Amino acid sequence: MTTRGAPKGWGNLLFALPFLAVYLWLLVYPLLAGIRLSLYRANLFGGEHFIGFENYARLFRDRTFIQALGNSLLFVVLTVPLLIVLALGLALALNRGTRFAGFMRSVVFASSVLSVTVLTIIWRQILVPDGGLISHFSRLIGQTPVAFLNDPKLVLPSLAIITVWWSLGLPMILFLSALQQAPRSVYEAAALDRATPWSIFRRITLPAVMPAVILVAAYECALQFQVFGQPQLLTQGGPNGASRPLVLYIYETGFNHWDIGYAAAASQMLFALILVVSLVPQAGRWLIRGRA
Amino acid sequence: MSQARGREVWQWLRYAFCAVMLVLILLPLVWTVFLSLRSNIDLMRQAPLSLFGPYTLGNYGELLKNQTLFRWFFNSMIVSGFSVAGVLVLSSLAGYAFGRLHFPFRNWLYVFVLMGLAIPDQSVILTRHHIFSTLHWHNTYLALILPGLSAPLGVFLMTETFRAIPKGMEDAARLDRASPLMVFWKILLPQTLPAQASLGIYTFLLSWNDYWWPLISATRPDMFTLTEGMAAAQTNYAEVTGMGVLMAEAVLAGLPVLIIYIAFQKHIVSAITGMVKL
Repeated sequence: MTTRGAPKGWGNLLFALPFLAVYLWLLVYPLLAGIRLSLYRANLFGGEHFIGFENYARLFRDRTFIQALGNSLLFVVLTVPLLIVLALGLALALNRGTRFAGFMRSVVFASSVLSVTVLTIIWRQILVPDGGLISHFSRLIGQTPVAFLNDPKLVLPSLAIITVWWSLGLPMILFLSALQQAPRSVYEAAALDRATPWSIFRRITLPAVMPAVILVAAYECALQFQVFGQPQLLTQGGPNGASRPLVLYIYETGFNHWDIGYAAAASQMLFALILVVSLVPQAGRWLIRGRA
Repeated sequence: MSQARGREVWQWLRYAFCAVMLVLILLPLVWTVFLSLRSNIDLMRQAPLSLFGPYTLGNYGELLKNQTLFRWFFNSMIVSGFSVAGVLVLSSLAGYAFGRLHFPFRNWLYVFVLMGLAIPDQSVILTRHHIFSTLHWHNTYLALILPGLSAPLGVFLMTETFRAIPKGMEDAARLDRASPLMVFWKILLPQTLPAQASLGIYTFLLSWNDYWWPLISATRPDMFTLTEGMAAAQTNYAEVTGMGVLMAEAVLAGLPVLIIYIAFQKHIVSAITGMVKL
C-alpha cells in the first residue's frame, strides 16, 4: 500500500461540479448568448434576424447612447479621485489604536452597508429644494434653495457626492490594511532622522499604499462605471438625460422598449469598457509586484 | 523647535479633518431619523422644523400595520438566507477541489472560473432574464436566489483558504483510507470556519442590498425584496403613506444591515481584505 500526495483523478472534479454548473448556466452562457444576441435584430416577441454589426453601428449614431456613455465616464471622473483622496486621508488619520479612531472607522464604513434604495430615500430629503436639509440652511442665510437634482450642471456632481458618501468605507479599509503592513521600524528610523511629516508621507507612506491605491482605482472605476440605482431612483436620468448613465440606458432599451438585440450590443460595450478600466491598473499592479 | 510646531499643526489638521468628516457622514443619518420622528402633517407644512418637537412614534406605529412591508422583509430573509447557504456550500466544495485536490485541467479550470470575476451582472442581464422567462421562474424565490450563486468570488476566497491550511493535515486520515469527502468534512472544513463566516456575512449583505436583479426578476409586489420595495415606496409615498412613514421605513430597512454590520464588523473587514490577494 503506497500513499501518494493528494489523490488524483477525474473523481475529484465532482466537488467543483455543482459550482461549475451554475457558473456555466448563469454567467458564462448568458455572456456568450448576449454577444450572439447583439448581432441580431431581436425583440421580446421572438422576431430575430441576423444583422451583423449593425446594432453597434447604430449605437455610435445614437445621441442618447453617446450621452449616456459620456455621463458614465464623467461620473467615474467625479467620484473615483475624490473617493481615493478622502479615503486615504481618513486612513492616515485613523491608523492608530485609540478608541476614537476605532469608533470613527466604524462610522465611516456604516453607510456602505445600506442599500441603494435606502441611500436615495435619505439623500432626496437632503437635496430637494422644498424641505430638504440643505434648503433649510440656504434659507437660514437668506438664499433661494438650489434644486440640485433638476439642474443639468449640478445633477451628476450631486449624485457623485452621494456616491462618495456611500462608498468611502471600502477604500478606507483597504488603505488601512496597506498602511498596517508598512514596517514600523522604517517609521522609527525616519523619526530618529528628524524627517518632516511631509517627507515621511512622500518617501515611506505613499510607496507603501501605492499598490492599494491602484487596486482601489481599478475596482472603483469598474464599480462606478456601473452606476444605476442612484440616478434611476432620484432623477430617472433627467433632466433631459443629463444624469442617464450607461446601465440605465441598457435597462430602458431592454426592459422598457424591449429592443433586446440593441440593448445587448450596449451591454457588450459596457463589458468591454469595464474590462479595459479594470485590467489596465491590474496589469500595472502585476508589473509592480513583478519588480519587487 | 519648529519640528515640534509642525507636528502640532499636523495634529490639529488631523482633528479638524476627522471632525468635519464625522459630521458629514453622520448628518444625513441623523436627519433621516429626525424626520421619521415627525408627524406627516408637521412635514407637509414646509415651515422650518423646530428641533424641540413635537416628536412622535406615530410613523413607526403606522409601519406595524403595513402587511406588505413584513412580506418584503420576509422575502429578503428567505432570499438572503438561501443565498448565503448556497454560496457557502458551492464555494467550499469547489474551493476544496481547486485548493486541495488534483484532477486533470485543474489549473486551467480555476483560471476559467476567475475570469468570471470580470463579468458584470449588468452585461448578462438580457439573456439571464430570458433564461428565467422561458422557465417561467420569474417572481419565484428560486429566480431571486440562483444568479447570486454563479459569482466566482466565493470560490476564489475558499480556494485560497483551503490552500493556506498547512500541508499534511489530511495525511493521517488518508492512511486510514478516508474518502476525499470524509477528509473534507471531518478535517479541512472545520479549519475554514472563520473564512466561512466572513464570506457568509459578505454574501448576506450583498444579497440583501441587491437592487438590480430583483428589479428585473420580481415584478409582482408580493415578491419584492425589502430593497426593491423601498424603491417602490419612495416613488409613490406622497399618495400612499406620507413622508414621515417613508423615512421610518428607511430607518427600518437600514437597521438590520447596520445591526449585522456592528455585530460582525471584524468578519466584514476580513472578507474585504481577503479579496485583495487576487
